[in-house]
Amino acid sequence: MSIVSYEVIYRGIFQRLLANKISRTFVLAAVKDGKQGISFGRYSDSPERNGIPCKLFGYIADTKEELEEVAAQYEPKQVNVTICVDDTLTKGIESWGWYGLQPLNALTKPGGTIVLTSTQSAEDLAKHIHRRDTPYNISLIKSEPSFAGLWVYKDDGTDARCLGAALKACPDICSMASLAIAIRENVGGDEHVETARASYEDARSVEIKSGEGETETPFTFEKPGWEDMRLGVVIDAVGGHFKYGDSDGGYVPGRNEYFKKWSTRSMRPVLNFDKCTKCTLCWVACPDSVFDVTPDGFFDPNMEACCGCGVCEAICPVADCINMVNEVVFDERGSQYMMWKDDKPAFEKYVANANSKGKVENRHPITGLAGAFSGAGLESGHNASNFQTKSLKDL
Amino acid sequence: MATAVDTGAGVELLTGSEVMAHICRLADVDVLTAYPIRPYDTVMQYVSRMIANGEFDADYIPAESEHGQFEIVKHASACGARVFTGSSGVGWLYAMEPLAVTAGLRLPMVALVGCRALDDPGAFGTEHNDALLVRDLGWLINFPDTPQESVEMGLMAYRVAEDPRVFLPCAIAMDGAFLTHSQATVTLPSQEQVNEFLPPYDRGDLLLHPDNPITIAPQANEDWLMEVRRQSSEASKNAYTVLKEVHKDYCRIFNDDTNPFLDEYMTDDADVVLVGMGTMSLPVKVAIREMRKDGIKVGMVRLKWVRPFPTEELRASLSRFKAVGVIDRDYSFGSPYGGGILFNEVKAALYGANNEPFMKGFVCGLGGREVLLADVRSMTEQVLATIKSGKPDNEVTWMGVR
Repeated sequence: MSIVSYEVIYRGIFQRLLANKISRTFVLAAVKDGKQGISFGRYSDSPERNGIPCKLFGYIADTKEELEEVAAQYEPKQVNVTICVDDTLTKGIESWGWYGLQPLNALTKPGGTIVLTSTQSAEDLAKHIHRRDTPYNISLIKSEPSFAGLWVYKDDGTDARCLGAALKACPDICSMASLAIAIRENVGGDEHVETARASYEDARSVEIKSGEGETETPFTFEKPGWEDMRLGVVIDAVGGHFKYGDSDGGYVPGRNEYFKKWSTRSMRPVLNFDKCTKCTLCWVACPDSVFDVTPDGFFDPNMEACCGCGVCEAICPVADCINMVNEVVFDERGSQYMMWKDDKPAFEKYVANANSKGKVENRHPITGLAGAFSGAGLESGHNASNFQTKSLKDL
Repeated sequence: MATAVDTGAGVELLTGSEVMAHICRLADVDVLTAYPIRPYDTVMQYVSRMIANGEFDADYIPAESEHGQFEIVKHASACGARVFTGSSGVGWLYAMEPLAVTAGLRLPMVALVGCRALDDPGAFGTEHNDALLVRDLGWLINFPDTPQESVEMGLMAYRVAEDPRVFLPCAIAMDGAFLTHSQATVTLPSQEQVNEFLPPYDRGDLLLHPDNPITIAPQANEDWLMEVRRQSSEASKNAYTVLKEVHKDYCRIFNDDTNPFLDEYMTDDADVVLVGMGTMSLPVKVAIREMRKDGIKVGMVRLKWVRPFPTEELRASLSRFKAVGVIDRDYSFGSPYGGGILFNEVKAALYGANNEPFMKGFVCGLGGREVLLADVRSMTEQVLATIKSGKPDNEVTWMGVR
């Protein structure tokens, strides 16, 4: 009896084709080895709007009966390999399903491996991932997140690299010979096969010991029973005041207490309050009512509500007042306004540091907008010359 | 159509649709929407004339389609407005999306269904399939049989639908032509009586209003939806108890003496009864009187409400008889024994009852065809035959078909 399982964690829509190619190709390869397999998405992730964190799962088994035994219950309890194609998801996964925040390593078996695409180091990334009682490994693929999949498939070899590294982490999935055939038939040509082989050869795991990582308890909540729920899932939008020190005023809108959007975004707005003219445009334009109004009339983006769309940056008329910054460089979700009020020089450093370390380079050439939502990066994405066949050693 | 509108109490000559228009006026409905399709459209004409004459003050919105028509009143109901709308046949079906979500969102709404055949072929005679299509969604459904009973059904609809224990929409299913277009004498209640019976619609903390900022109908996946459905199931059960409770109030205030769910006719000593809904009660009752002259002990049990379904009452009533014939003015193709919707529901309700009677199904009067006295006699004889043979007859018989 042999059953192996894997999950592919990705940003909804923007990485769907990428994730689907990875998950499907393993099953198709395993079938060539005479095994049985299935690949399926977590249905509650649908509709995959706005880069919401999503999951695909795969099971490979020797027999049909073995496969049915594990597939009878929809979502696996444990997987041999976790493949994650966006490093901002190291902070956790909160899907449309209102599950609370699921740690990235929640399903990775003790001693299992997370294959992760990132330009950061494994050690830095491990700091974001919630600590647990059992060790696991991180196998890094040095790469910017491959954001494509809504209209155009960004064929930059990320699929092949993930397949190679994941196979190294769990050789029971399929043979390399079958993977090569499956890649040729379903992903790309010889270039992809060579990329997968190079990724397999180069893949190195860093062990994350038990107890290492983010110490915060992930956000959870008790799901109410039908007798306690308000009719028709009514959610209060009644707001309250913004309190800071002795000042009490402004406005904080009511928000869904079950859905925090803590990992919905891949970037966040960083405000330079000294430049703010209080023009209200960010507050008005924000589609998610993210901005809390402070008693003195500033607009403080609330990181429980922000999905990182970048509309505030786009609409702000003041240069360098709102900048979108890569989410992965932050390790807190606190109030920027309070940081600024508490210690202005320290906040200045915080802003400068965020803007330099987490600068969002990938912008749309015409609109200047950032992030996958804007279509930024697509023009280079389907340019074959951008294809990376380089092995890890060359980078 | 030329009926004079008398806004005071007294005896008048009115169609079922006109009665519904008067109920809208007496209930002080806030928002009405309209889109023409016969036979429902008669109520549009009566309501708009009342408004034009200054006898009734309400927002009257002609919509661009049935879908828009039901969406508008759905939202108005969320904002605390007492609403009225309606449709017929495939128009009602074109509104199926708002029909489903209105019940799902727990928004009270009263709608007139002028029962009409579902096209194609293009037809506008009465059949109950249009109204019955919402029976699984949380809608309450009643079937008045006369303009006078339409008063009770209209007022009960608002009172039960708007009860906070229920908060569900209610359809008043009137047989096209036989009720929507046929005038009969009606005693309308006074405004004072209606005011006493019908409290203002109060949505409480579920009101969608700037003073009570809430979000309704968010995305809710498998972790949440089953609880929402469970709430609706409870509301449907509550509708049954609330209806019984409220009906006592109705009888007290309007000096009436009816049964909330069942209208029994000559059943005291009956061997067999016929079960049906709506205006077929007239030919059935007349045929019963004729058969009684010939010594045939037959009666009628008419269902006034099909949602909530009066299971308890029906079991108690029908187990008194040796055999029962169920007359469906609807069809359910491919169903058990090819029986109509009502037949299969009555059978399910009677399962395991003490003295479960033989039950035979009939389909009759489709597409507005008349239920003839001869049909009723024949159906009664077929039901009696099952007693004589001592064997149930599972065959469902179509009556009055060539």
